[in-house]
Formats: sequence, C-alpha cells, structure tokens
Amino acid sequence: MSILVYIDIANGKIKKAAHEVISYGADLSAATGDPLIGVAIGSCQDKLEELGSYGLTEVIHLGKEIEQNAPTEADAWAISALASEMKAKTLLFSHSLSGKLLAPLTAASLKAGIVTGVVSQPELNNGFSVKKSVFSGKAFAKIAIKTDVRVLTINPNSYPVKQGSGNATVSTKAYGTAQSRIRTIKAEKTSGAMSLTEAEIVVSAGRGLKGPENWGMVEELAGELNAALACSRPVADAHWRPHHEHVGQTGIAIAPNLYVAIGISGAIQHLAGVNRSKVIVVINKDPEAPFFKAADYGIVGDAFEVIPQLTAALKKVKAS
Amino acid sequence: MKILVCISKTPDTTAKIAFTDNNTKFDTTGVQWIVNPWDEWFALVRAIELKEADPTVTVHLLTVGEADADPIIRKALALGGDEAIRINASPTESQFVAHQIAAIVKDGNYDLVLTGKETIDHNGSSVGGLVAGETALPFISLATKLVRQGSTLTITREIEGGQESCEVEIPVVVSAQKGMAEARIPNMRGIMAARTKPLKVVEPVDTTEYTATLQFELPAPKSGVKLIAPDQVQELVRLLHEEAKVI
Ligand SMILES: Cc1cc2nc3c(=O)[nH]c(=O)nc-3n(C[C@H](O)[C@H](O)[C@H](O)COP(=O)(O)OP(=O)(O)OC[C@H]3O[C@@H](n4cnc5c(N)ncnc54)[C@H](O)[C@@H]3O)c2cc1C
Repeated sequence: MSILVYIDIANGKIKKAAHEVISYGADLSAATGDPLIGVAIGSCQDKLEELGSYGLTEVIHLGKEIEQNAPTEADAWAISALASEMKAKTLLFSHSLSGKLLAPLTAASLKAGIVTGVVSQPELNNGFSVKKSVFSGKAFAKIAIKTDVRVLTINPNSYPVKQGSGNATVSTKAYGTAQSRIRTIKAEKTSGAMSLTEAEIVVSAGRGLKGPENWGMVEELAGELNAALACSRPVADAHWRPHHEHVGQTGIAIAPNLYVAIGISGAIQHLAGVNRSKVIVVINKDPEAPFFKAADYGIVGDAFEVIPQLTAALKKVKAS
Repeated sequence: MKILVCISKTPDTTAKIAFTDNNTKFDTTGVQWIVNPWDEWFALVRAIELKEADPTVTVHLLTVGEADADPIIRKALALGGDEAIRINASPTESQFVAHQIAAIVKDGNYDLVLTGKETIDHNGSSVGGLVAGETALPFISLATKLVRQGSTLTITREIEGGQESCEVEIPVVVSAQKGMAEARIPNMRGIMAARTKPLKVVEPVDTTEYTATLQFELPAPKSGVKLIAPDQVQELVRLLHEEAKVI
C-alpha cells in the first residue's frame, strides 16, 4: 500500500524537482497513512540520507553498473518491478524530461491510470482525483483515477518544497541485468544553462529587443537576478536565441515565481506557456500590449533605457 | 519501412477556453480545429521527409476520434502521407488512446511510430510511452533529430541539461519535438490529392476505464497590473522584494 517516489538525479545531483515530488509524497503519505519510499537509480554525489529532511523515511538505491547520462527504458522496468514487489499503489514522478519518459512506460507495465502535470494534492473523499494543468496552462481538469495502481507526474514549480529535519535510511538493491535497447552514442551538455523549468526566476525577451546583439543587457539582468533566460517564438525562429529558450504553447511551459517579460507583446500562444508564473512583470513601450492584462507589475517604457536602470537598481540593493 | 504518425485534433491556439454543462465539457462554440502542432510540425513533416528520401517508405496517419476529426485528417494528408486510419471513438484518456494505437501498431507491423511531444489541449505527454510499453517497443522521448540508415535510426533526444544522441533498431516509438523538422504549408496539389487518399474507419478495441475527467476549472483572474513609472525602477525592485516577495 506504499507510495513510491522517483528521485530525479541529473549529473550526479538530486534535482529540485525531486524535493518537490518528495514534499508532495510526504503530504500524501500524511493524508493516507501509506508509507513513502523513494527510489534512486545510478550514482549520486549528494547524500540520499538527507532527503529525510523532506519527509522521506526510506530510500532504495538501485546501483547500476553501466553509467548513463539520463534515464532509460530499463530504469522504467526496474521501477515497475520494484513497485510490484512492494505493492506500491501510487507512483510519483516529476513532470520533467525524466518523468515524461519513465512515467508512461511504468504506467503501461503496471496497467496503471496515469495523470501528468498534476498541480495539487488529490481529493481522497470519493475515490482518488487530482487536478492537472490542461489547455497549455489556460485551465485545470480534475481527473479521477479508477485503477488500483496510479501514476502521477507533478508539474515543476507547482508544489512547495517543505524542508524539516531527519535522515532517511538508505538501502541498496541490485538494479538487475536488463539493458536498454537504445545505445547511447554521445551526450552534450548545454553550456552553463540553468534548467528553465526549474528556475525560480526567468527573464525573457522578445522581438522588441530588435536583434541578438542586444541580449547583453538581458543577460546582465538575468545574472543579477540569478534567473534563467527565455525568449518568444519569433526570436528563436530567427535564431537570435537557441530553440531551448523558446517558451509558450509550442515551446516550453514554465511556472517560475517571477517571470520578467521584456519587449514581448503577450500573444495568446506566448501567454499559454507562462501564465502559471506566480508573479509577472512586463516591460513594454506600448501601453496597449496585451501582456499588461496578464501582468502583476508593469513598466510602460523603452527596454533599452529601463533594463540597464533595473539592473543597476538591483545591484544597488544587493550592495546595501 | 512503414511509418505510423499519430495525430490529434486540437482547438486552434487562439481558441477561447471555456466550459459548459457545469464545467464538465469544453465549450466548442466558435472553436476552429487544427492538427495538434507538435504532431503536424515535427512528427508528420519528418515522416514525409523520410518518404521523400526513400520512396519505398509508406506513411500512414492515425487518429483516435469521431467523424468530426475527418477534416483534420484531410488537412494532415494534404501535407503528405499515403493513407489514414481513424479509430471511431472519442479520445477520452491517454490509456484509452494508447490501447487503440497499440492495437493498430501490432496489427500493421509498423517500423516507426511517431507522436508529437504532447497535445496542446490535454498536455499529457504520455501516449507515446504508453504505446511503447504496451507493444514492448523501445521508446525515445522528446526527440529533436532523427536520421535513418537502413533499419538503424540515430536519434537525438533532449535530456536534463543537454542532449544525447543514441542508436536504435526499428521497430521503435518516438515522440517528436522542435528541431525534428521545419513546419510546412500544404500546397494546392497536396490539398487536391488529400481528398481522394484512403481514409479507413475502424471501430475501437475494448478497454477498461483507467481515468475519467470530472470537471474543468479556469485559473483565478489576475487582479490587475500595477504600473510603475519607467524612471522609478527602484520602486519595482522594492515591490518585488517587499510585496510580492519573489526577490
Ligand atoms: C500556432 C502558433 C503557435 C505559437 N506558439 C508560440 C509560442 O509557443 N511562444 C511564443 O512566444 N509565440 C508563439 N506564437 C507566436 C505568437 O503568436 C506571437 O507572434 C509571438 O509571441 C510574438 O513575439 P514577440 O512578442 O516577441 O514579438 P511582437 O509581437 O513583435 O512584439 C514585440 C513587442 O515588443 C515591444 N517593443 C518594441 N520595441 C520595444 C522597446 N524598445 N522597448 C520595449 N518594448 C518594445 C512592442 O511594443 C511589442 O509589444 C505562436 C503562433 C502560432 C500561430
């Protein structure tokens, strides 16, 4: 009857997404009384015991002989086998790159009902139903899961991380001999980029910036805020910025605490990917730009003047 | 090589999102329908490119949907593809759709099953993986590049903090995203040809219900923007720090 949570590890580090999913699992465990157990795969430089502070009491570490850059189908088989052995009822993943691979494969093998992009705790008074983000952030759907075993992926930046104290007990188990049918040739890291979906602050710029040569001031502002960079679709299409920065309905969907939009008009397709941000700041010289309707704070002004001033003001606050 | 491209009918990206029947149904009044962009721009176009490179490749399109999905299938066929299959059922949930697709995949001996990264209405990102799991085929998620050499595919996928290129033998299931291909616009010849391409309608296989959508909800509206004068940026910094508490 346990809850099994997959611990997202990338490049040997436990991801923030894992802390969120563990916090979600801990709250669910408190509501249902079902024990919460974590599963970690492969090598990890961070201490798995310390996940106890997020409410995880037990971690099963599946040691792997072959190192890998990212999860594979064989990981999904290992998770499914463990879930069956433990008779896990609820499996939790992050709605991250790993979760998008592992969760459906696991759901298929366990014949589980799956709901992805979950944003809040389930309702348990009448079966099991959860709220997920739909219509690219423009609505939510409440979905009942009717199967005995259920698989959920939790939207990044949707569930608050709760940290207390305590240590988890970590036990090691063999991973098994199953091997993915997919052979890795090489992996490339995107240089220095902060994960856009995990970032708490995102600074984004659009066509109003006029050209790629003007991104220096955007990068400076982002640096000052410790923010990840994003852009509108035409900016990526024109190759002013890399594709992986394109946010929106047909790009990446994000939900940071703070989204700063500079020289972006706020087209419906752009808003669809960013409207789950908790606070939105819009800087645009056109007072009629539709983005102001979706914003919390706005400055009607020329980005080329406002941005350097904003960066300077932030520097001043930091210095004082 | 036989390719199956899974396509979904979704509301246009500018559609107004509203609900009826006590918020249990999507309000389709005035809604224009399109082929889900991830399916059309990336999965379908890449399949067409593979066929252009090797005329022995066949490309079949598949959708799970009722008769009102036919215009969408014709729209997709106008871009390319040899024929289409429609499974005559409402696509109620990911597991249901995946079961239907899996039945066709097993039956049709497809070598490559392509889906888009997700649909822009349900945002599930799970049908590709579910189909792979059920058909016991390898699954590569969120692929940005796919190159074929005989029966070997070299695929680039997005991973945490970067990308990975890998090799796999067909048959395989791949979910496609940006980078895989460049979106195309159908030409007149394509549109004419699409009218007479075969569209086979098949009845769904039986499955159990895994999940059921109970109700929809719209997010709380924003309370309105607070405007700050452009020469008062320090005030914005103060508000973000003290009021919004995000910096
Ligand atoms: C099917 C479909 C899917 C789409 N998906 C996406 C998506 O995922 N993401 C996305 O972003 N778009 C998407 N789009 C495109 C979208 O409709 C808009 O065209 C796009 O978002 C506009 O980008 P923009 O705001 O950067 O540029 P523009 O619309 O050109 O806006 C530029 C803004 O900059 C302001 N500006 C100009 N100069 C200055 C200055 N000096 N200082 C301050 N402000 C200035 C202008 O007032 C204007 O508001 C999609 C479109 C379609 C049809």
